[in-house]
Amino acid sequence: MKIIVAGCGKIGKTIVESLVAEGHEILIIDNKPEIVEELTNIYDVMGICGNCADSDIVIDAGAGDADLYLAVTDSDELNMLSCFIAKRMGAKDTIARIRAPEYNDNSLVFMKDNLEISMPINPERLAASELFNILKFPSALKVETFSRRTMEMTEVRLQDDSVLDGVKLLDIRHKFKAQVLICCVQRGEEVFIPDGNFVLRGGDRIGVTAAHVELLKFFKNTGLLQRPVKSVIILGGSRIAYYLAQMVLDIGADVKIIDKDEKICESLVDALPKATIIHGDGSEQELLLEEGISSADAFVALTGSDETNILVSMFAMMNGTKKVISKVNRDEIAPMAERLGLDCIISPKKMVSDVVLRYARALENSMGSNVETLYKLMDDKVEALEFNVRPDAKCVNIPLKDLKLLKNMLIIGIIRGRKVITPSGLTEILPGDRVVVITTNKGLGDLSDILQK
Amino acid sequence: MNYRIVSHTVGRILQIEAVLMLLPLAVSIIYVEQDGAASIWAFLISIGISLALGLFLTYVLGKNNKLLFAREGFAIVALAWLAMSAVGALPFVISGYIPSFVDAFFETVSGFTTTGASILTDVEALSHGMLFWRSFTHWVGGMGVLVFIMAILPQDTGRNIHIMRAEMPGPIVGKLVPRLKDTARILYIIYIAITAIEVVFLLFGGMDIFESLVHSFGTAGTGGFGIKGDSLGSYNAYLQWVITIFMLIFGVNFNLYYLILIKQFKTAVKSTELWVYGAIVLISGAAITINILGMYDSVAEAVRHAFFQVATVITTTGYSSVDFNLWPGFSKAILVVLMFVGGCAGSTAGGIKVSRFIIALKTVFRDIKKMLHPRSVAGVKLEGKKVDDSTINSVSTYFAFYFIILLVIFLLISLEPFSFEANFTATVACFNNIGPGLAEVGPMGSFAAYSAPAKVLLSFAMLLGRLEIFPLLLIFTPSMWKKK
Repeated sequence: MKIIVAGCGKIGKTIVESLVAEGHEILIIDNKPEIVEELTNIYDVMGICGNCADSDIVIDAGAGDADLYLAVTDSDELNMLSCFIAKRMGAKDTIARIRAPEYNDNSLVFMKDNLEISMPINPERLAASELFNILKFPSALKVETFSRRTMEMTEVRLQDDSVLDGVKLLDIRHKFKAQVLICCVQRGEEVFIPDGNFVLRGGDRIGVTAAHVELLKFFKNTGLLQRPVKSVIILGGSRIAYYLAQMVLDIGADVKIIDKDEKICESLVDALPKATIIHGDGSEQELLLEEGISSADAFVALTGSDETNILVSMFAMMNGTKKVISKVNRDEIAPMAERLGLDCIISPKKMVSDVVLRYARALENSMGSNVETLYKLMDDKVEALEFNVRPDAKCVNIPLKDLKLLKNMLIIGIIRGRKVITPSGLTEILPGDRVVVITTNKGLGDLSDILQK
Repeated sequence: MNYRIVSHTVGRILQIEAVLMLLPLAVSIIYVEQDGAASIWAFLISIGISLALGLFLTYVLGKNNKLLFAREGFAIVALAWLAMSAVGALPFVISGYIPSFVDAFFETVSGFTTTGASILTDVEALSHGMLFWRSFTHWVGGMGVLVFIMAILPQDTGRNIHIMRAEMPGPIVGKLVPRLKDTARILYIIYIAITAIEVVFLLFGGMDIFESLVHSFGTAGTGGFGIKGDSLGSYNAYLQWVITIFMLIFGVNFNLYYLILIKQFKTAVKSTELWVYGAIVLISGAAITINILGMYDSVAEAVRHAFFQVATVITTTGYSSVDFNLWPGFSKAILVVLMFVGGCAGSTAGGIKVSRFIIALKTVFRDIKKMLHPRSVAGVKLEGKKVDDSTINSVSTYFAFYFIILLVIFLLISLEPFSFEANFTATVACFNNIGPGLAEVGPMGSFAAYSAPAKVLLSFAMLLGRLEIFPLLLIFTPSMWKKK
């Protein structure tokens, strides 16, 4: 597909990286020559230097026959305008990054319709809702939902003394009386898609899928369940903090936001009357202790500096905060932070690039049984995908045991209406179902791709 | 320096070269009754050596660990060209047509760099297979072997742009389409298509298929190896005009052909470089015509010879239709000046390139204006776009290096016992990848009389010229080879 990416900051660069890896034909636009030069040196893309709201530049980039146009510059207005121009030039689909809270209320629908933007994305809100999922279920490292929350996928790390240590996967269902499926296991650097004879060990990072109720049962019986957080301290008053605070306040928990910029604090006070806003330097240990970091249920470090986030998070862990989450934006730092013991790390730019990737794959396969949801799990080594099943799909009405699936691939759930079916060998896929698969093979775009060729 | 990927890629080049040698092998088999079996064995053995060496470098010493940066790009290009030329010289030596390895190396470098300077005193004695290989090296070297590899092999890194930059001539190397592989393919498709058209035109003029192929290869790569002692002198007027026009066509930036392909005629026609290039050809052609009018029977003949020689020199091809060594001083002076100019950037021609001259001249005017109005702010524009300062800088650096190196080589070559004119034009003709010079190395002469060290130095000059100095020069700087 021909894709144009306008604006190549942190997010744009990550998107370009993942789209190039999928083999798309990419053209980038940025107003800084050094950025264009850097990216064209690293990735196999073509670059144009200029203003992406200048129609000449957009024509020059060939928006007329582009399949997808992404505007992800710093400025919301520029993104909207740029998408509008590209759409008028003939770009098939447009995605704009729109993140200011004032555009993300009712006016979003108006602008989306009138500017014909196919999908607005708001990285901060995406990040906030992922954080919120984790805070609702603190033992998880990551929570992803399929089919509007009918099915969930949770990553957890097993403690060394966990009751699951030494348990065979076959025995899990009757031993813990919950219909769950353990679909991927990361042990050290290696990732497995396990079969029934796989034996779990302490220290494993496992991915569990099931309907929400079954998951709760499973975690209760294995002692992994923790109650949802009641008090959260957020360091850094960024947009993510604002969206997250709103969500957390909505379920009735307490929120404290610490920021050293007085103006930001003041605007947060206006926007979030129920939250406690602290003006101070969050990297000062005394301030953190004073604000009760040791008794808070959760601590979320969201400052602009990865290093500060990591250091302050470690301080919080040492002081007994039950759940510590840190935002780390630079890819190369995340594994180091993990080695230091911080295993709950989020990267907003990665989330955005996942969303874009999913959209691009769905576009590419819009004729067949296309991708509905895509998540990258276990440090991006595994992909979980949800497909819509069309009547003409090849694998319909055949018992799963008779399907020749690719290796390293598992069908982890079939969603029929509002019911989640945990598949067995006799289950059949019916038209209209949604099928969730997990795989270490990257780049699946259509349900028929899961079969051996 | 990441030695393993350098070795890996250079090995790949040698494997490709082994495959390319299958063509002259086929030609040798076709003409076996006329030429005997020596050429067939020479190519078979060379293919074996090339393949074995290539596989060894790629898989034993090398590894594709994907860590390719600008420095590796330069090293790959420089070493690949050296290795390619050394291996490409083998058939000449093994078959005994050119017994000395230095001579054969000179001839092959001259082929790959599309120079066309020859050490052979009697070209017509060579077998068909050898003649074909000589001209085929022009065709391969014209667009670049590494670009060819990019067009056919799958890629997993975008960093290959470093290789393309180092191999493609011109001050600014960009892509035509987002994917490098597609860009390389488009370039080769255009290249093959125009070559094929030329073959057809030459066939119409009465050349046989072998002759038209060989001459089309020579024209396409702007090389200039012929198969006759008097180059194209004995062919008819129609064929000379066809060659003239196609030489000029191959001297134009290939990006313009792509623009025509995607129907952006306006942008293509507006190209400043194209207009300047056309103007230089017309003016020098006209001036020479007037100057040599008295030497020929008709005006048409004078026009034909004038334009043929202008085309062959400005595109750095090196064919000749007459012995221009006998022309008056003014005409020879024009040709020597044209030797420096060269074709357009992004073409297969050598020389300094028209666009570098345009940028340099515009920079000079800007600086003069700046001296008169110290506070004035002005940029340099080319093709309607601002040329950024780093490009202007690199153009100035290129000019400086170009003349320093030219002078050093000229001084060293002057140790040879030939006339000033011969030594100077030999240096200029090799460095700019033209081929024949004046006096002893003129179109009817050859480089045979030069000593072995001088031939090595001139081979080096040809490589410097084809790769635009830096890649080859950089492999001689110690810091290039330090482990990071």
